Order: sequence, then structure tokens, then C-alpha cells
Amino acid sequence: MLGFVPYPSLHAHLNLHHTCADYCPACLFVGFATQLHRQPSHLQTISYPNYSGLAQCLLNTGTHHLERSIVAGLNIKVQEAFSEPGCDKNLAKDEKERKKGCTKQLVPGAAAGGCAFDGAKIALQPITDVAHIVHGPISCEGNGWDNRGSKSSGPMIYRTGFTTDISENDIVYGGEKRLYRAIREVIEKYDPPAVFVYQTCITALIGDEIEAVCKAAKEKFGKPVIPVNVPGFVGSKNLGNKLAGEALLDYVIGTEEPETTTPYDINIIGEYNLAGEMWQIKPLLDHLGIRVLACISGDARYHEVASSHRAKAAMMVCSRAMINVARKMEERYGIPYFEGSFYGISDTSDSLRQLAKLLVQRGAPEDLLARTEILIRREEARAWERLNGYRKRFEGKRVLLFTGGVKSWSVVSALQEVGLEIIGTSVKKSTEEDKERVRQLVSDEAHMLDDLRPAEMYKMLKEARADIMLSGGRSQFVALKARMPWLDINQERHHAYAGYEGMVTLVQEIDKALYNPIWAQVRKPAPWESEIHPLSLEGRN
Amino acid sequence: MATVSVSKKACSVNPLKMSQPIGGTLAFLGLANCMPILHGTQGCTAFGLVLFVRHFREAIPLQTTAMNEVTTIMGGMDNVEQALVNIYKRAKPEIIGLCTTGLTETRGEDIHGDLKLIRKRNPELANLPIVFVNTPDFKDAFQDGWSKTVTRIIEELVTKATETIPGQVNLLPGSHLTAADIEEIVEMIAAFGLTAVVLPDLSGSLDGHIPEQFSPTTIGGTTVDEIRGMGGSLATIAIGQQMERAALELEMRTGISYTVFDRLTGLDANDRFLMHLSGLSGKPVPLKYRRQRSQLVDAMLDSHFFCGGKKVAIGAEPDLLWALGSLLAEMGCEISAAVTTTQSPLLEKMPCDEVLIGDLEDLELRAKGCDLLVTHSHGRQASERLGIPLFRAGLPCFDRLGANHKLSVGYRGTRDLIFQVGNVFLEHTHEGTPDSWPLPDIAMNNSSVRGELVEP
Repeated sequence: MLGFVPYPSLHAHLNLHHTCADYCPACLFVGFATQLHRQPSHLQTISYPNYSGLAQCLLNTGTHHLERSIVAGLNIKVQEAFSEPGCDKNLAKDEKERKKGCTKQLVPGAAAGGCAFDGAKIALQPITDVAHIVHGPISCEGNGWDNRGSKSSGPMIYRTGFTTDISENDIVYGGEKRLYRAIREVIEKYDPPAVFVYQTCITALIGDEIEAVCKAAKEKFGKPVIPVNVPGFVGSKNLGNKLAGEALLDYVIGTEEPETTTPYDINIIGEYNLAGEMWQIKPLLDHLGIRVLACISGDARYHEVASSHRAKAAMMVCSRAMINVARKMEERYGIPYFEGSFYGISDTSDSLRQLAKLLVQRGAPEDLLARTEILIRREEARAWERLNGYRKRFEGKRVLLFTGGVKSWSVVSALQEVGLEIIGTSVKKSTEEDKERVRQLVSDEAHMLDDLRPAEMYKMLKEARADIMLSGGRSQFVALKARMPWLDINQERHHAYAGYEGMVTLVQEIDKALYNPIWAQVRKPAPWESEIHPLSLEGRN
Repeated sequence: MATVSVSKKACSVNPLKMSQPIGGTLAFLGLANCMPILHGTQGCTAFGLVLFVRHFREAIPLQTTAMNEVTTIMGGMDNVEQALVNIYKRAKPEIIGLCTTGLTETRGEDIHGDLKLIRKRNPELANLPIVFVNTPDFKDAFQDGWSKTVTRIIEELVTKATETIPGQVNLLPGSHLTAADIEEIVEMIAAFGLTAVVLPDLSGSLDGHIPEQFSPTTIGGTTVDEIRGMGGSLATIAIGQQMERAALELEMRTGISYTVFDRLTGLDANDRFLMHLSGLSGKPVPLKYRRQRSQLVDAMLDSHFFCGGKKVAIGAEPDLLWALGSLLAEMGCEISAAVTTTQSPLLEKMPCDEVLIGDLEDLELRAKGCDLLVTHSHGRQASERLGIPLFRAGLPCFDRLGANHKLSVGYRGTRDLIFQVGNVFLEHTHEGTPDSWPLPDIAMNNSSVRGELVEP
């Protein structure tokens, strides 16, 4: 089979590009684009006769050179994202700990979850009228485009998969020209109000400088072209969310002005309109006369995000995912924010109250407070009327909840409101503050599961220690193969669970799952088998 | 005969293609008690995982070496080592498959050498079969990754046997076949008294059955022992042009001669296949298949009214494109557009004018005015915009149930496929209305014509 260096790219790269002999090939390799742009006159051609020489150099020079590389600019951003004054968990760390970031170091062979690029895409793709171009090999877009439930009330271009699908040639010669041409093609064919360009690992590795390409394209085509510098290898999905937020702060927010402003203008940050959840909230806000100037980024238009700096108040929905956006908008534009949730009756009411309070503090007429209370009373009553019938059916039903962050507490309280017992909730992705809130709700540390392995999850369900599992799509088969009810509450879900309406839907869905007639049959052993499912004996549904 | 061209666009729009590493991964998922690893960042794995979960609606064992920017530059050997050790500790697989990605290929890693060192340093891994494949995602496509992986598995595990196992044949199915397809082919082979060793066997691992116990690795598929025993087979049957590479490797290592069937969809194709099995086994074609053949002929007769002259646009990987395109052409359809993902000797034989290696935007542009769009689930947007029905074929199929139980091989599978496609045409038949047959404008408005009628 192939021996050393199956692909000549590195070697060829160094030969083909003018590189500065003062630097070690490692940093030239990563950072040549930066070098090229900064000091073209100092450059001279060198060539490395063989790859092993380069490998040797890579090993000798170590990582200190990397810090000067193209990733260096990005590293500053990453460090910024890691030092988040708005995050108390982060503030409690010392300098060294903080540098390591929010997430635990990934363990090869035992890691799960998306990369930073994935996270950035989740955060920005819900902007529905822009073209999202992924600059990288086919894996990054080809394997996963149009796979999210972020809904649009109008434009559909956000669901179009655009990628430079780079080839071996691009890796040898650099992919910047292809990217530039790709931007031109997209603008000529689809004419979006803006183009977002996502950096990926390989194009970062070969030194494609997307900021420079985007700048040139912006000048040439007269349209905003936004670089989102999030190669997957810089970290986790959560970091990607934050870096996406940084891109918005650097290139989008504050670049346009709204046609009109009102004292009732708000931003909702970290809400992605999955399954149309924004549309369960918007009628409530509309009724109060509160205008969502920008939702960042569910069902958003570019212009809305660009002019969101004129909002009077903001609500941060998805816990820590975009806290940097909320905080920096407060710093830069004086927009106060609070962290809230639209999951569950009481959380929805609290969020509406807080929004009203913030707006009144910023000068909105005071009657908003009273009007909000009236709406809350009416809507809570209307929801409870529909929910009360389920209390009896849910009596003694136990839920295993497996989700992250904000949902670990907001959903717990929501489910408890309708009488379900929570026998376990994951706190793996939760912050200290999230955990504290869970603690208040479940009052038992044993119910807080830090890291439940699938085998253990399966055992709990198989032994019928829970009646239903609520989790994300990945773990659904753990429940289903144990022949237990399961409900999707993560990003691929098909139902909207926000606000009062969403709570009613959630309860209906749980009821449908628990009481579906299939359970009796699917748990029955085949007539020629002796194994008996624990639940088929008890005669429970 | 078709001209094969390659899209010249800088920006691929609505990709048809999926990447080579996950094609390789899927092949590993057809091995029993296996854990595939992608040697790249965790995102490389996450995207593939989500894709497979949505298509198969099954748990997908798939791990990552979790590379970051520093390990990418410094080399990923430590990550590979940690991944192997951790997986061995936690999941106790019988075999581990390691596919590289563009990321690690761009740096260029000597995985062959690294593995030797890793095995030496970790005695528990010394005898564990570990198969690695070079699958950079900036080259080739899904089906290439699949066939390269099967080839590598053969290289690593199959040796020449001293004696043949009576009645055993090797079956190498391409990535375009479903669990139902594989089951059907195995059954056809068994009907002649032969036993097939299937490599890889998705019908064992991803057919959606309920395992007795929870397993962190694949829950079925070809076992390592079965693969090792392939050297004792009397013949190799490869389904799909993509599998020739693997069949050839097998022949070179073991001397077992092979036959490639570029498709098993269609009457002629299955006639040839059954006659081949009959020749191999020395047994006549069983009654069951004579009956099924007759049913297929009847299905063709019943359906040809609705298929004849229909314009079809197909977007699929080469082997699937060939199977479906050939059948539809045989049923009288006109292949108006054909888009595929990667090179194959079959492309120029396609019964259409042009085959383009391109994306779904290319297909959408060419599909205007067609009666049917045939491609994977990502064709749904184009289908909606064009107002043309979509017949879902290939991976991913995430918006319909039972993707892996769709049967389209054998007489029976071909019969069902013809009915399904025919039904789509039936459902979208254009029915006449009072205004459907206006006379040409000239007849209605031209006074001279009327004049002539009045004054002869």
C-alpha cells in the first residue's frame, strides 16, 4: 500500500508558493497566505527536496510557531470566546484553565458531537435570505446540507447547499481563486442580499485566507460577503456558535439601519426557529405590540440582523450559545438583555414579564406591564384548561430526560408542571447556573446524570426504571431498541414546543408516545421465545 | 452511448455527491461487531453519523480520532493510538476500520507505519484486525470509498485457502444495494444450493432488527472468520461495476475467478445472473424464478403504456444511475438528463446523450419539462420548484420510511420497481379538459381563413 506521503500536496505546496526562508516550513505551511499578503517583497523561493525533511522540521519546531500562523488570528478570537465576562462559570476559572476553553478535551475514540464549523452553521444558517457557501471538501456540506428544521416564513435560499467542493488541485495550488469565483457565481445566479463564507479545516490548513477573499469580493460585487472563520478543528459546536456570533458582531450587526424604530423593539438571541417555534411566540409579542427587530437567527433576514443594534432590549434564549452576542451588544449599543426560556408555562410567562420590564425601563409606556399580565393570565388559563386533562394520565409516569444546557432545567420544570416525575436529567452540557436550577427542581443529586453511557441508558429503560425517554435523535435507538417510548426534543424534532401552545403540543406528544397501542405488542416475546419484557408482565399499557 | 462531461462550476450547488470517507465507513458498518473510525475532526464523524442515522433510522457506531489544529500539524499518530486503545477498552470490537479524511490526507500520514508501531506499543491490539483505508474527501465520491474499503478488507484479511469450501461463493455487493437487495440476492444464490459470503453485509447490520442486548458496535454483518474463509470459495460474484476492483484483488490473492454483474435490475440482467448461478451450481433454474420471470414480463406489459415516451431526469452515483437508467430506458422512457458523482466506465454506455458529473442544480436545470425526477431525498426542493414528481432512489433517503427495505433487484424487485415508477406516472397522468385541444391560433383568428369558408 501507500508508503509515506500518499499525497504530494504539502511538498508541492511549498515548491509552488513563494515562501520566506526565515520561517520554518510548519508555520509557512499554515501561515503562508498571511505571509504572502503582508510582505510580498521579502519573499523568496525555497524548495524542500523531500517531505521527511519537512516532517523533521515540523517535529523540531514544535507548536510555538503555530501561534504565529494563520490560525493565530483565529486563536485570538477563540481566546476571546473563552474569556466571557458574561459567563460566571468562565469567570471562576484562573487564566490557565480559561485558555483551555469551555469544553473538556476531546478523547479520541470516545467523542461525540459536532465541530466548530457545524456549530457556526447551526447558528447562522437560519438567516433565510443569504447564501451560505462552505469553502471546503465535499464532506463539510455534501454530507449534511438541508438537514435542519429551521423554518422560514419566506426566502428559501438558506436551504440551498453551496460549496466549493475543493479538489486535489485546489489543495496544491490553493483554493482562494475557486472561492472567489464561487462567490461570483452565487451572486450572479441567486442575487442574495449577502453571502456568508464558512472556512473549514482543510482550507485553513492550506492557508486560504477567506477574510481577504471576502473583502475583495465585497468590493468587487458591492454586496456584504461575510467571512465566518470556523474550521472544525478549533473546537466544539458550542465554540462554533460563539465564533459565528463574533462574525455577526464584526461584519453584520450595526451595518444597516432599520426603516423605523419603536419603543417596543427587541432582539431574540440564540433562537433558531426550529420546527417554527418562533411562530408560537410571535403572536404573543404581536398582541403586546412588541416588535422583534431581529431574531438571531431564526427566520431572520440579513437586513434585520444588520440593523438589530437599534433594539431596546434583548432576550438570550439558548443559554450560553450566543452569550457573546448579547453581552457585546449591551456593551456597544447599550441593549440590556436577560436570559430566559420559552419552554414551559411559567418560564414563558416569566420571559414575557422580563421583556416587558426591560422595555418599560428603556422608556416604553408603563401600561405594557399590565397588558402583559392580562395576556399571561389569559394564556396560562387557556393552556391549563387543555393540560389538566393529562395530569391523571401522567400520574406516576417517569421521564428520563437527556438533553443539554438550558433545556435541562427549563424542560424539567415544564414537565413537572403537568405532573410527570423526572427520574434523571443530564447535566453534561450544563453550566453551574443551569445545574443550580436543576438542583432546586429535582432536589436529588442522584437525578443529575453527568455522563450516562448508552449501555447504562439502555439498562435503565430495559429494566423499566423510566416510562419514556426524551432526548436528541442520536440516542433514540437506545430507547426504541429497549422497546420504550421516546420523544425527540432536540434540533431534528418535527414538533414545535415553545410557549403555551408548544407546551400543549409537548404534552400531547408525550401522551401519544406513552399510550400508543404498539407497546403491548412489541414487548410481547415471539411465541417460540421465553424472554419476557418486564413491562409485558405488569400489564402496563 | 453518452458523452461524459464534468461540471466546470467553481461552486457546487445542492450537492448530489457525498464524501468518500463515509462511503468507506458504510462498508465497515457491514462487518459484524465492528467499530469504524474516521481519522479527522469530530465534525467529519458527526456529519456522517447524522446522515446515516436519518437514512437507516438505526444506531450507527462510528468514532473519531478527534483531531484538532495542533495534532493536524504535528501528526495524528497519538490520536489514532488513543482512539484504538479507547475503543478496544470500551467497545471490545472484533475489527476496527479506519478511514482517513481530507484533513489527515492533506498533511499526509504514514498510517501503515504508525499502525505497526501502535501494535507494538499496545500488545492488546497486536492481533486485533485493524483495516485502514486512504479516503481523502477532496477526491472521488461515496461509492469509491465503499469499493476501496472492501478492497482493503480483502487485502488485509483474505488469504489463499488450501481447500475449497463446497458450494461457497463470495458476493461483493456495491454501495447502491439495500439490505432488501442483498437478502434477495443471497436467497437467489441459496436457491441453487450455494452459500454466499457477503462482503460487506448491510442486511445483517442495518436491516433494522432488534438485538438481544445493547451493543456499542455493529449488531450484525460479515464476521472476521467469514471474511478469512472467503479464500475457500469456488467463485466470486460482484454486483456493480464499482466492485470489480475488489473482485480483482480477491482473484489476485486467491485465484478465485470473478464475474461482475453491472446491475441486477431488469429482465435481461437477471436472466444472465440466473444462468450464471445455474452454471456454477450445475442445477437448473428453480421453478420459483421461472414463475417470477413470468410475473416480471407481465409487469412490463402492464406498465409499458405509462412509461413509454416519458422523460426522466436521474441523479445518482454511477452504479445506481446505470441500474435505474437502463431499466427505465428498457421500459421506453427517455433519459433526458443524467447527473452523477464520479467517473465510471459505465457512464459512456448510458442510454442517453450526456452524462454530467455535477450536482443537483445541474440536474434541476436539465430536468425542466421532464415527467419524473429520480434522485435521493435532496431532490425534494428541485421537485417542488419544477412541479415534477420525485422518485426517491439512493442514499440519503431521510424523508421516507424503510429506505433500506426497498427492493429493486431480481425479477421480483424489478417487477415492484416498475410498478412503483409506473404508479407515479399514472398518478400524474395529464387528463383532458374542454380547453385541452384548441385549434392553432391561425385557424381561430385569421379572417382570411374564415373568409374562404364563407365565400368559396
